[in-house]
Amino acid sequence: MPGKLKAKIVAGRHLPVMDRASDLTDAFVEVKFGNTTFKTDVFPKSLNPQWNSEWFKFEVDDEDLQDEPLQITVLDHDTYSANDAIGKVYIDIDPLLCTEAASIISGWFPIYDTIHGIRGEINVLVKVELFNDLNRFRQSSCGVKFFCTTSIPRGYRAAMVHGFVEELVVNEDPEYQWIDRIRTPRASNEARQRLISLMSGELQRKIGLKVLEMGGNAVVGYLQCFDLEGESGLVVRAIGTACTLEKQSSGSLVNTHTHPNTAPASNACNSPSKDGKEPVFGEDLPSSSGPPTPFRNLPTSSSSPPPFSPFKPCSRQSSSSDTDLSLTPKTGMGSGGSAGKEAGPLKTLLRQQTQTALEQRGASSSGLLLNAREFPFFTLTSFPPGFLVHVGGVVSARSVKLLDRIHNPALGNTRSYKLLDWNSVTADEPETRDAWWEEIRQEIKSHAKALGCHAVVGYSENTSICEEVCILSASGTAAILNPRYMREGCLDIGSTDQRFDDPSPPSCGFCHIPYDELNMPFPAQLTYCYNCRRQKVPDVLFTTIDLPAEAAVTGKGCLIQARLCRLKKKAQGEVNATAISNLLPFMEYELHTQLMNKLKLRSMNALFGLHIQISVGENMLLGLASATGVYLTALPAPGGIQIAGKTSGDLNNEQHIQAIQKRINDTIAKNKELYQINPPELTEEGVGSPIPEPRHRSRLFRSHSESSDEVSELDLSHGKKDAFVLEIDDTDAVEDIHSLLIDASPPTGFYTCNTETMPGIYNWTTAVQMFTSVRVLRLSNANLSNQSLNKIFTDLCENLLKSFYFKLRSNIPCCLCHLNFTVAVPEEELIQVSVTAVAMTFDKDQTQERFITKGGIETEEQLQFPLELCADSSSTNAQPSSKFSGVPENTIVSPRDRCSTWLELLRLKAHTIRRGSVKTISSLEHCSPLTEGRPRSLRSSRSFGGSSVTMVKMTPLSFLPGTRIIKYLGIINMFFIRETTSLREEGGVSGFLHSFIAEVFAMVRAHVAALGGNAVVSYSMKDCVLMENPNKNQAQCLINVSGDAVICVRETDQEPMTSMTNIGQTCAADGAT
Amino acid sequence: MAVELDVFVGNTTIMDEEVYQLWLDGYTVNDAVKVRMAGGMLDECEANQDVLLSDTMDQYRTFQMCERLLQSPAKLANQLLFQIPPHRQTMLIERYYAFDDVFVREVLGKKLSKGTKKDLDDIGAKTGVTLKSCRRQFDNFKRVFKVVEELKGPLVENIRQHFLLSDKLARDYAAIVFFANNRFETGKKKLQYLTFQDFAFCAGQLINNWTVGAVDNTVEDMDVDLDKEFLQELKELKILITDKDLLDQHKSLVCTALRGKTKAFAEMEANFKNLSRGLVNIATKLTNTKDVRDFFIDLVEKFIEPCRSDRWTSADIKLYLTHYTNSAHILDSFKHQAVWDRYMGVIKSCIYKMYHD
Repeated sequence: MPGKLKAKIVAGRHLPVMDRASDLTDAFVEVKFGNTTFKTDVFPKSLNPQWNSEWFKFEVDDEDLQDEPLQITVLDHDTYSANDAIGKVYIDIDPLLCTEAASIISGWFPIYDTIHGIRGEINVLVKVELFNDLNRFRQSSCGVKFFCTTSIPRGYRAAMVHGFVEELVVNEDPEYQWIDRIRTPRASNEARQRLISLMSGELQRKIGLKVLEMGGNAVVGYLQCFDLEGESGLVVRAIGTACTLEKQSSGSLVNTHTHPNTAPASNACNSPSKDGKEPVFGEDLPSSSGPPTPFRNLPTSSSSPPPFSPFKPCSRQSSSSDTDLSLTPKTGMGSGGSAGKEAGPLKTLLRQQTQTALEQRGASSSGLLLNAREFPFFTLTSFPPGFLVHVGGVVSARSVKLLDRIHNPALGNTRSYKLLDWNSVTADEPETRDAWWEEIRQEIKSHAKALGCHAVVGYSENTSICEEVCILSASGTAAILNPRYMREGCLDIGSTDQRFDDPSPPSCGFCHIPYDELNMPFPAQLTYCYNCRRQKVPDVLFTTIDLPAEAAVTGKGCLIQARLCRLKKKAQGEVNATAISNLLPFMEYELHTQLMNKLKLRSMNALFGLHIQISVGENMLLGLASATGVYLTALPAPGGIQIAGKTSGDLNNEQHIQAIQKRINDTIAKNKELYQINPPELTEEGVGSPIPEPRHRSRLFRSHSESSDEVSELDLSHGKKDAFVLEIDDTDAVEDIHSLLIDASPPTGFYTCNTETMPGIYNWTTAVQMFTSVRVLRLSNANLSNQSLNKIFTDLCENLLKSFYFKLRSNIPCCLCHLNFTVAVPEEELIQVSVTAVAMTFDKDQTQERFITKGGIETEEQLQFPLELCADSSSTNAQPSSKFSGVPENTIVSPRDRCSTWLELLRLKAHTIRRGSVKTISSLEHCSPLTEGRPRSLRSSRSFGGSSVTMVKMTPLSFLPGTRIIKYLGIINMFFIRETTSLREEGGVSGFLHSFIAEVFAMVRAHVAALGGNAVVSYSMKDCVLMENPNKNQAQCLINVSGDAVICVRETDQEPMTSMTNIGQTCAADGAT
Repeated sequence: MAVELDVFVGNTTIMDEEVYQLWLDGYTVNDAVKVRMAGGMLDECEANQDVLLSDTMDQYRTFQMCERLLQSPAKLANQLLFQIPPHRQTMLIERYYAFDDVFVREVLGKKLSKGTKKDLDDIGAKTGVTLKSCRRQFDNFKRVFKVVEELKGPLVENIRQHFLLSDKLARDYAAIVFFANNRFETGKKKLQYLTFQDFAFCAGQLINNWTVGAVDNTVEDMDVDLDKEFLQELKELKILITDKDLLDQHKSLVCTALRGKTKAFAEMEANFKNLSRGLVNIATKLTNTKDVRDFFIDLVEKFIEPCRSDRWTSADIKLYLTHYTNSAHILDSFKHQAVWDRYMGVIKSCIYKMYHD
């Protein structure tokens, strides 16, 4: 009995009328945890009941504390018939299990019903008393901190990064159980919500156990996803990076750049590999006896060919070859490479062979045996300085699987039943989900190895499911990390490998190629680094990580998207899966070509935050690649784009080509100006500074036949070697060029990126506006061609962006950061695009000053902004004054801290809004000083109400500009289902989804506020699954969101009690502030 | 190919004041888009018609969802669904409760009943206010009326606190409630020249001086009902016109004071008895509910119209009424000074307001 959970139900407000006769409600509350239920008294005839209950106490295992949510049900008492449920609140008590996070949950929660939405609010207090349990074999992992943030959280220092943790939990989906036929939709939805809540709790606990085993105390970059597989079940899976985090004390500010290597004592004992023989990157890290540069030699020393298939010989970019690599798994071949795809049954064997080959390689170079279970993957996307040594390029892998429902051996109550691999023809050896992912991860690992890298950073996994077909994807960036940060006590690895002592400057070091230039895994143009001139760099660099803060960048960046639709025939089962896996390579290739062209068109040479999503529908595949393009100063200038016609001689055609060529050149010139790309002219043709500009262009052909013969033929015909040529040989190509040019650049005052911040913009104001937008398009014409589909899809994305610009015009000048597009094909002929992003306003005056202190301008009066909008005299509710005193002492954020940022936002709005300007007079009225207690002046009574609502900021970024995070309160991970049988009455699908998203935001904010927080960082909407049936007037939607609840204060505020500064993250913070 | 669904939800609810006004004014989405296009919105941020349409739809949806909260503004401040900064909340409420003077002029003094609501389309057609907007305004009046009906304390303050309105708007609503409650006749042709603001001013005067609340601020409906006792006492003023001596004395006092101060002196002298009879008769009849309703029409017929036909200026009116009121104090046999002041104070300011040159 290692824990006592206590809950108190205080009051309700705004309850719905449940009794038509009296227009009132007789409400009472059931509080349930595990199998124990308590009830409050009925508070008769009120829409604002005051239960003020006793403390309900649950004595429970900490294992249950982690798995189970506290379930609060509000009901209407009915003497004669069954009590009607008003709604529920699920409270995840995980944040209370961590001493450093929140210590009490206290606040108003929206009462949520899956059919009616939010129906009033309930005020609840929750506390946990944990008893120390030293049982070594415990199943709980209380105390392990979880962060969605994909960097080292602010205020912490990574004492050690342990590496990849993953786990998945499988269950039957209650929606597809037989009982679902007889129960109400509400019961079914609630069963689902509860199950997923339980599963995420269990998953988190299991991951926590793994972290403890590894000796860590936190998971950073925690990414949890749901796979709704329909009848074959429900999968909840998560990946993350295990770390040992240390709170930064004010004393250790200076040395954070070098991250002292002292591991905590506990860590040394707990770590399964304290002897140092099995470092985190076991297979890659050389022991002291190994050759000095084992990585570089890796491909050479290996006897087996690098495991990627030579699909596209003419593509010369590192990342393109990475996407090549990713083609292999679609054949179901694992890392087996070029052996045929029909070799299904042989697959495992082949993989084993490859495996052994890899192992041998690993052994030969480092003398260590490969531990196949361990993956050197990191879900982090930004790193402390010095952490990232070199970046190889994007590695990705995809695999098409068939979710088998016929041969499902475990329909019943087994928790993890097996699913069949469509590729294993024999069907005798069904593979589990674990095995599928294992296979993909192996693939990724081998790709990274082929790039001479020992690690994969910015790693993520996702799925797309349509009926019984499932595409599993994983991607990341191959990289070499500084082992000093990985493993303490691992002696002199760092010093033996010269690359870790590489004195290359941080502004370009990461661009330097990690692979051996004589033995390149793919054809690429190498030049000496334009920054340091000492090492080779590729001509283009694609990565999935954030732009390192120390990177030297010329000009600004912008969002670059490649969009693609491919029709496919409707099919079933294996035929369908095969069709999809056959299409995938072409899609990846096309997406890559588009990205490359658009990058060149913007005169940029690197992509960050690359995310390629391929979504499968019944009759089409959608591909969307988003990334932020920048011009890395270290990389060579990109060449232009040459247009070539195949049928020369035709005068008309020639003119046409010239016209297009001119447009392209103009666009490039315009973009250069727009993004302020003026690289320093290199006059000296030094040793490294290579090939003169015109020749220094890579070639890429836009044609479907890409045999090497044609390459040479074309080379001759144009005589311009290495020119980046777009060839117009058919209408396809013309369309492509048009679509290339169709992308409108953002209007003046707007910048876009899908990374954390935009290079070249430093002086953010505190004005942030997070938003979610969803658009669904119905394709009315069934006989669309690929081309017209592409156009429709492209327009859909472009129009969305245009809408954002317009909606957010009052925030100008601003940058839309972390633009995260998600595509889906919910039904045949439907395309759904969901976007979550944040608009961040910056000061027009783009001084290079990195730390702008805005606080000075603030007048004292404005800062004193009442947090609590005082109660009106007539509101007689005896709201206990403990409502806010419930906030723990150590998390005190003075009202002015919480709100002054808001005020600034308002002020800024008032400044920047052009039309329909904000009335600021009244806001000043509200600003009446509230310092002397809580005076209830007549003025403030205008904003009455029994309590106050804390403003909660939300952002998909890991920080809020102009503020300092002083405390992480825990992870927010919520799953909601909403269903309606009166779609028309709710304003159609748009009305339905609009209110649902607003409700989800409200519930997230309420939970954060109840934890004592005032912001959510690293917020993301992982799933938004909408199903509609307008004919039946029905719709259902599932939304999954996550983020980190935090307390932040204005950067300028002195907070003596919490003087930890976030130097550990200066890399990110610098860019941020 | 059609957009099946299109939503945009901000963590901080984005609301455009211009669109809000169009929504309040009862424009349909398509009309609103046209208005916005005509207003030059297309030039902003490279917008096109689709963008405007999508934005307008989004905003309309948001407003519709907010409407429930706006109807009990207190909820807006502590609801959780929309995160709206306090000053924006104030703006939303203030605008929601704002009304068109032309519209309110039509329903002023009418019973806020279903019957009146049925006539809204006629009123809409007459005033050029859309039916949707008429309904909102009418429902607002009704809602405010219902809430304050049962409350103790000062009317204006109650409205201000319950509906979180500005002082000005709260006063206007107080006037509307007061008129609706006492069913003052305002629709007659002779009263057409008066604006809502004229009436609102008069209502303020009546509320402050003639209601129960003017003497005792603890009773229910104190600001809505006229002080019955006071109305009874008004009967005593009759002596001013029934007692021939008193009337003559009064006249001579006033004429002495006015002589040489105005061009209209002759008319004033000639009309004194008529005018005085008119004003005192109004006072004495106010115990009848019917006559209360006709209070404004009586003022116009018995006083304002005769003066206007004699081309008095506003200054003349002021001068006359001042001396008329003050002279009564010098009359030895007139004992009802307090009631007289309470009565004439209001009459004076109402007539000033209602007398348009």
